[in-house]
Amino acid sequence: MRFTRHRRLMAPVVVAAALGLTLTACTGDIASDEASDVDCGPYESYGTFDDGTEVDVYGTILDAEAELLNESWADFESCTGIDVVYEGSDQYEEQLNVRIEGGNPPDLGITPQPGLIARLAEQGDLLPAPQAVADNVAEYWSEDWAAYGTVDGTLYGSPLMANIKGWVWYSPAMFEENGWAVPETLDDLEALTAEVRDSGAVDKPWCVGFASGVATGWPGTDWVEDFVLRQQGTEVYDQWVAHEIPFNDPAIAEAFDSVGGFIRDDANVNGGLGDMRSIATTDFGDAGLPIIDGACAMHHQASFYEGFWPEGTTVAEDGDVWAFMLPGTEAGANAVTGGGEIVAAFSDAEEVVAVQTYLSSPDWANSRVSLGGVISANTGLDPENAGSELLKASVELLQDPNTTFRFDGSDVMPAAVGSGTFWTGMVDWIGGKSTADTLDFIESSWPQ
Amino acid sequence: MTTNDLLGKIFQIVLGLAVFAAVIGLILFLIDRAPKRGRDWFQLALFLGPACVLLAVGLLYPAVRTAFTSFTNRAGEFIGIDNYVWMFTQPEALITLGNTVLWVVLVPTVATGIGLAYAVFIDKSRGERVYKSLVFMPVAISFVGAGIIWKFVYEYRPAERPQIGLLNQIVIWFGGEPVLWLQEPFVNTLLLVVVMIWVQTGFAVVVLSASIKGVPTEQLEAAELDGATNWQRFRNVTLPGIRGGLVVVVTTITIATLKVFDIVRVMTGGNFNTSVIANEMYTQAFRAAEPGRGAALALVLFLLVVPVVVYNIRVLRKQREIR
Repeated sequence: MRFTRHRRLMAPVVVAAALGLTLTACTGDIASDEASDVDCGPYESYGTFDDGTEVDVYGTILDAEAELLNESWADFESCTGIDVVYEGSDQYEEQLNVRIEGGNPPDLGITPQPGLIARLAEQGDLLPAPQAVADNVAEYWSEDWAAYGTVDGTLYGSPLMANIKGWVWYSPAMFEENGWAVPETLDDLEALTAEVRDSGAVDKPWCVGFASGVATGWPGTDWVEDFVLRQQGTEVYDQWVAHEIPFNDPAIAEAFDSVGGFIRDDANVNGGLGDMRSIATTDFGDAGLPIIDGACAMHHQASFYEGFWPEGTTVAEDGDVWAFMLPGTEAGANAVTGGGEIVAAFSDAEEVVAVQTYLSSPDWANSRVSLGGVISANTGLDPENAGSELLKASVELLQDPNTTFRFDGSDVMPAAVGSGTFWTGMVDWIGGKSTADTLDFIESSWPQ
Repeated sequence: MTTNDLLGKIFQIVLGLAVFAAVIGLILFLIDRAPKRGRDWFQLALFLGPACVLLAVGLLYPAVRTAFTSFTNRAGEFIGIDNYVWMFTQPEALITLGNTVLWVVLVPTVATGIGLAYAVFIDKSRGERVYKSLVFMPVAISFVGAGIIWKFVYEYRPAERPQIGLLNQIVIWFGGEPVLWLQEPFVNTLLLVVVMIWVQTGFAVVVLSASIKGVPTEQLEAAELDGATNWQRFRNVTLPGIRGGLVVVVTTITIATLKVFDIVRVMTGGNFNTSVIANEMYTQAFRAAEPGRGAALALVLFLLVVPVVVYNIRVLRKQREIR
């Protein structure tokens, strides 16, 4: 009897203790940062606030990236006394609407889609950017970037971080060995593709992968966007994205066919991975790896692909792999596509303005970029702070006053197209559906 | 998260449970102290009340709201039956509907057929339990897990590279060329159906095996004495005896098949003409930001499930009356 009662008590106690210990292990008790060794000089202009002043920031950035974000403004927090509370969500867009409708919007929103900024501004939910932010944007951001935070001539948000698409990955050693040169124009690229194909040095010139789980097809949209921007120019690109010209416009068909010339041809793809149709089921993360085995020569993917190479691969101009920017129709062309975030405010409290101003300043850009992994288009950013050779090259490209920047088109188009039929359309197209049918299909799905 | 946050959360959970217990206690207390007059009604209302409220909030309201949403566009404006017109005219949407029909025809019949045959053959054999648990094991695997496992089975590698997919390796052993299985329209849908059958057969075996054991031995012996062959005994004694079990198995698998989402989502994402209603519903509502179309698909799915459920309930009720 005594024993059973003992056991009866023991079991829950043991379970509770184990659970408690396990959960404690999940928590990261960090001693509050020692504020003593922080130089508060640069933060004086933002003023000081009472302890406990909070600014809610809401965004799409999650996990490790979110931790780095918190780290990037830690000094700002300890010097100004503002507590910047960041919350990330993978259902940002939906939840932001819920919070706005519920009368509980965050103070600041970090939005990766310019289209959403425009919608929120038109609904009257966003506040125009305060003067200090507008001054920063005017001073440190190119007009292209400022335009993505501007709706109907009013600046609402400031850009935050950036990434660049359109890199073509290759092995410098392979190029040198075979006497191939980095192309200066799209025609060069075509000639290079033919040269690689005929040389027999690799299985196929290109390796491509469109598969990405539920988002399968997006790498294909990047190809098309890059070609529309380079061949048809910014005007057509902007019209296309805004649906001022139909999706099945001849200009877009031309871009599709040009892309097809490279990757919709069994002679050119899919290096070490199969034939053209294998593109749709090859994971985008694995697609570039045949370059290392010497099975393919080139792979088109954004700057983040740096993280996908196997451990021990050096990414540098004289390393194992490196990338050149997809060239334009003429040498020295400099139009690039990419992405980024826009910070916009739902509140005009003094502390919110201070945080918003700080986030639009080069101080923040340098602080965050120094932590590695990302870049910003802020012209006050020191490229030397970038975490890798490729990121440094990307920063220099973004800061070049001659560079034309355009947001990734599928992020700007309505979701029904940009993350719907454009993706599935690319999958069908690479599976052999004609360009005309694909374009008609996407055009018919554009929300009226 | 700091220890303080954690403690706060644990406190919230404890508080929530305490409030729940308090509410239940209050209801029970009130029921106990109910006035003499109309006591039955009072008690009935208090006992059923919470369940009805939860049903209304969790089932009725969403159903009505979904029905309403299906007649609106993405801006929330009323557009009549446009979403339904879209569903029955777009070639892509028609393929989705057709695929769902194919799934609903194939999965319940094949899974039940194989399950029944298997249950009959292993019945009273040595090691029956082992055989049964072998087939039952896939039931314990989630649809997502099953999808990933079978995606590896169908995996493609070019002929000159080592295959990692079982199916293509077998094809090569027989001297064939590796095939992009999941990209061959029609074949790919059948291959996805195979996964669902693999998952559901175990369920059929367990239920039907139990039903078979419930068939009275007297009837089987009587039939044997009357000179019935094995097949005749199965056809005329066992089958009618397990009708209830069969109906449960077929309707349960049918409903599961109508709702199938995970397998398609994981293996093809609905590409290559393999989409089904539930997958398209999710894609339209949450990825393409067309809640109206998603709601219309959900409503059609609901209408397809209703007759199956009604049939299931009616057969079971009839059986109870017989008993």
